Amino acid sequence: MPLIELAGIARHFQLGDTTVKALAGLDLRIDAGEYVAVMGPSGSGKSTLLNLLGLLDRPNEGTYRLAGTDVTTLSAEEQARVRSERIGFVFQSFHLVPRLTAAENIALPMTLAGIPAKERATRVAAALAGFGLENRAGHRPDQLSGGQRQRVAIARATIMRPALILADEPTGNLDRHTGEEVMHLLEDLNRQGVTLVVVTHDQTLGARAHRQLLMEDGRIERDSADLADV
Amino acid sequence: MRFADTLRFARDAAAGYPLRTTLSVLAMSIGVAAVVVLTALGDGARRYVVGQFSSLGSNLVIVLPGRSGTGGFNPANAITTTPRDLTIDDAASLLRAPGVRRVAPLAVGTSEISFGGRLREVMVAGTSGSYFAIRGFEMAQGSALPDDDWNRGASVVVIGDKIRQEMFGSEPAIGQLVRVGDRRVRVVGVLKTVGQGLGMNTDEVVFIPVAMAQALFNSNTLFRVLVEAKSREAIPDAKEQVLDIIKQRHRGEEDVTVITQDAVLATFDKLLGALTMGVAGIAAISLAVAGILVMNVMLVAVTQRTAEIGLLKALGASGGAIRLAFLAEAAMLSAVGALVGYLLGQVGAFALRQAFPVFPAYPPDWAVIAGLSTALGTGLLFGVMPARRAAQLDPVQALMKH
Repeated sequence: MPLIELAGIARHFQLGDTTVKALAGLDLRIDAGEYVAVMGPSGSGKSTLLNLLGLLDRPNEGTYRLAGTDVTTLSAEEQARVRSERIGFVFQSFHLVPRLTAAENIALPMTLAGIPAKERATRVAAALAGFGLENRAGHRPDQLSGGQRQRVAIARATIMRPALILADEPTGNLDRHTGEEVMHLLEDLNRQGVTLVVVTHDQTLGARAHRQLLMEDGRIERDSADLADV
Repeated sequence: MRFADTLRFARDAAAGYPLRTTLSVLAMSIGVAAVVVLTALGDGARRYVVGQFSSLGSNLVIVLPGRSGTGGFNPANAITTTPRDLTIDDAASLLRAPGVRRVAPLAVGTSEISFGGRLREVMVAGTSGSYFAIRGFEMAQGSALPDDDWNRGASVVVIGDKIRQEMFGSEPAIGQLVRVGDRRVRVVGVLKTVGQGLGMNTDEVVFIPVAMAQALFNSNTLFRVLVEAKSREAIPDAKEQVLDIIKQRHRGEEDVTVITQDAVLATFDKLLGALTMGVAGIAAISLAVAGILVMNVMLVAVTQRTAEIGLLKALGASGGAIRLAFLAEAAMLSAVGALVGYLLGQVGAFALRQAFPVFPAYPPDWAVIAGLSTALGTGLLFGVMPARRAAQLDPVQALMKH
């Protein structure tokens, strides 16, 4: 069963007089539970693709079906709901809210979704334990190491139990060792059935994924799944 | 997002930027405090003046020589020349009017008082015993002026308390012979000190019979005739009757002005009320400025927190939730500002009352309510635009700003 189906997706930006085609006629199908790495040089459209997959951006053309429903035609509020329930984001620069503690940051998606405080507390406690952050619950982001911050971010991305996790260079700001740890966490989630899409520059990181997409000039240049089929 | 969570989020956001928050709260509180203090001043002035007029005596109708163009209080009354004298007989005739209880003639001038080698310039009021009753003066020692024939003044004087102190010190004053102008008169009474009355300090006045005063100043006319109506309701009737009697006596010519205390009060009340409104208007402008400042602060907050807003959207926050959070923050800033300003204003008004005890500097309720609601209103109103801007931010663009 495909989780993601992109058909004829095009996205272009107007930069002054010139139109930049970030994505051009993209077709893509990702099944539930896959582990996909999106690679390619800067400007190849990786981030644009990720933003589209995360419903942070709308395509100019084409349709995007998420778990069978067309999400391109949804209103902004409906898209917010889909993001809240089905998609978790992990960013390169963590994107934690600096004034909130680790526990509050993890709880944030639940707070935004209007989940009662009591349930939030139990789920945050479980997440903190699951990511080895029990004694960091009351710390603010600036009191945490890079690895801890990214673990908080991952805990936050998973707290709503989304079907899809989108990670944009999740190890980009981490040293090799902590990066490795973070990738293990993400891969564990994938083993539990979460669909994982990772955007990365890093060849070795990309090689760990079960499927690699190589992007160039807004197109998928190579898809390892196609090669396997041949 | 739950309402309690929205409030907590807004509170934390406000607390996260202490300088920005403090500044906008300060601006708002200064605005509200200005409204409270300025209206307290204006309204205090109004009450002070009204109080002073009331202490002039109750149910008062005042007759002035000369016709003023308008029926009300007119500063020109003080400088117009008198076409026909307002005489003691005119005053006495007013007692015939059915609506009148008491009448007191008043002639005023300055002269000297001397006793035992001490000499002092004083204000001399020529009047009758009824004046003391009308004005509600109490005697500290002795008795008031006798209320016998107004045209034949006895050689007596009632002095103010300050005059007694300066002329007699610790010596007894009652029964002493003093010289007022070129007359030798006997002190029969000393007024209880009442302090500042409107226009003249009664502690520094000497009262002599009206006939003697006219002789002393070589004049036939009275400065004023004070008439006390039988009741508050009788004031308009008494005014008519007084006017009729004088007109008859002056060959049908209406050459006096009759003003009632109510008219004077109403004039001053209106005047000072307008003053208060004007002052409140000025203060309201400062509130509007504070509101605009809150808007600026919130706009800066939106810019400052663009990345955060993008993140919230990525985490599934709807535009509505973000709008509400920013609006709640603006409302909080202005609510806290309004509250602090209200307290500051009350402290300011209290300090004013401590510094000037005679001045009833209480802010009127309407000003407090208007000030607080304007503060909240402008805060919310000017919070709408930044909140909308925050809600409309494109999440991708917002996230890029990190």
